[in-house]
Amino acid sequence: MQNYLKLDHMDKVFTRGSTSTEVLKDINLTVARGEYVSIIGHSGCGKSTLLNIVAGLTNATQGGVLLEGREVNSPGPDRAVVFQNHSLLPWLTVYDNVRLGVDKVFGRTKTYVERNDWVMHNLNLVQMAHAKDKRPSEISGGMKQRVGIARALAMEPKVLLLDEPFGALDALTRAHLQDTVMALHQKLDNTVMMITHDVDEAVLLSDRIVMMTNGPSARIGEVLDVPLPHPRKRLELATNPIYLKCRQRVLEFLYERHRFVEAA
Amino acid sequence: MNVPAVKSEITAKVSGPSESAPVFKMAIKRRPWSDKAWKLAQSAAVRIVPPLIVLALFLVVWELLCSKPGATLPPPLKVFRDTKDLILDPFFDNGGIDKGLFWHLSASLQRVALGYSLAAIVGIALGTLVGQSIWAMRGLDPIFQVLRTIPPLAWLPLSLAAFRDGQPSAIFVIFITSIWPIIINTAVGIRNIPQDYRNVAAVVRLNPFEFFWKIMIPSAAPYIFTGLRIGIGLSWLAIIAAEMLIGGVGIGFFIWDAWNSSHISEIILALVYVGIVGFILDRAIAMIGAFFTRGTSVA
Repeated sequence: MQNYLKLDHMDKVFTRGSTSTEVLKDINLTVARGEYVSIIGHSGCGKSTLLNIVAGLTNATQGGVLLEGREVNSPGPDRAVVFQNHSLLPWLTVYDNVRLGVDKVFGRTKTYVERNDWVMHNLNLVQMAHAKDKRPSEISGGMKQRVGIARALAMEPKVLLLDEPFGALDALTRAHLQDTVMALHQKLDNTVMMITHDVDEAVLLSDRIVMMTNGPSARIGEVLDVPLPHPRKRLELATNPIYLKCRQRVLEFLYERHRFVEAA
Repeated sequence: MNVPAVKSEITAKVSGPSESAPVFKMAIKRRPWSDKAWKLAQSAAVRIVPPLIVLALFLVVWELLCSKPGATLPPPLKVFRDTKDLILDPFFDNGGIDKGLFWHLSASLQRVALGYSLAAIVGIALGTLVGQSIWAMRGLDPIFQVLRTIPPLAWLPLSLAAFRDGQPSAIFVIFITSIWPIIINTAVGIRNIPQDYRNVAAVVRLNPFEFFWKIMIPSAAPYIFTGLRIGIGLSWLAIIAAEMLIGGVGIGFFIWDAWNSSHISEIILALVYVGIVGFILDRAIAMIGAFFTRGTSVA
């Protein structure tokens, strides 16, 4: 399944009144099953728009997205999203937030007890089972994001979409959560597409890094393979020559060839 | 109770004079509840004493002003003497409109309950429609903005003409008075549902019915309850005025009847009751709102 997920000649134009802005231009990308792909670029380059198109939350103007050979153009649990600001529903407990998706996806195929076990299993995966009866306002930002990941995983998505999942967290929490995501990817072997603007995060987690040029009309500038074996250890990589070389390539792309031009 | 006692004996043996241990323990045990009671009494006093002082001052000034010969309004002591029977026996029923204050208040409350419940149901439904659909908003919102400025009593002749009966007319006036803030606040609440929650619902694929119950209502609940609270206040305002005109049993008509019989003291008593009931209604809705929206504050 080399073409598990395929973005095919995708353009996105936002039109408001008589002015139209081309955000994405001719995006082509294929993702293999079990692959971890990061999309990196300066802010405003349309990488979140790209993810939203894959998620089906917005539609491409031209071209489209194929998942297992079928076109997708509406949102669904097969492409579960971990949102940047966690987006947990504040009136539901941690358990009920995960359960909401589980009930919809497995309402017909699993019994009540099985669904309960499945929710607890996924909360256990992100080490949040102890807080199942808490409300989102009662847990920390890192914990909320863990629950967000559990909610997405519990839908058993074909592709897991991460929209800058660690962007709003402090550095230590972020590192901790990155390790969790790495361990989960190792264990579950799911296909992941992650939006990020953190070079180290991209190199540490990804099998491939997709680098976007600056918008408007952002394109895929370069795709970099990260030939580092899994599981990866943060500390060992700090001096690993392959890691450093990959990091260097991404930095050069972002800060020399496609420097962010401050909007006036 | 056994375990701590044994424990204290042990500590006494090990660490010092045997009498110091029980004394220490007693102190620890007593402090929490007496402290709590003391704090509770303090906070109650802080809330209750100041309004009582102001009320007492007000009554004294009123007594002084209205005790002079030629005063048009009765002083508080005379009000109490005149209305003692009404205060002490609110449940008498001599047939017709000669009933105790309880029956008048309960008749008014029943009208409010009916009209207000209808307004809440229809208001939340219409508010959801206006908040969710841009075309419904463009079509309906200007009309709502005009209609909501019409004073409650201006609807009464029209509804009397339509229903040809006092009872449904009064209920209609309550309905039409309290529905606007409910519609408008619900619509604002629905419009303010964060895009994130809509995205979550889309990814999970909630159907419109589930979306309404699981996302819209909880997310907009703080706004909806603000509308409901304004609505209950307005409907209590409207019922008093409407009942003055339609007659029958009801606290509004009781006031009008008292005026026609020059029982000024009874009017004052009725006003006190109207104020207290309005206050309780407002607080009741606020409490229900606080209960239902306790998890909705966005963190």
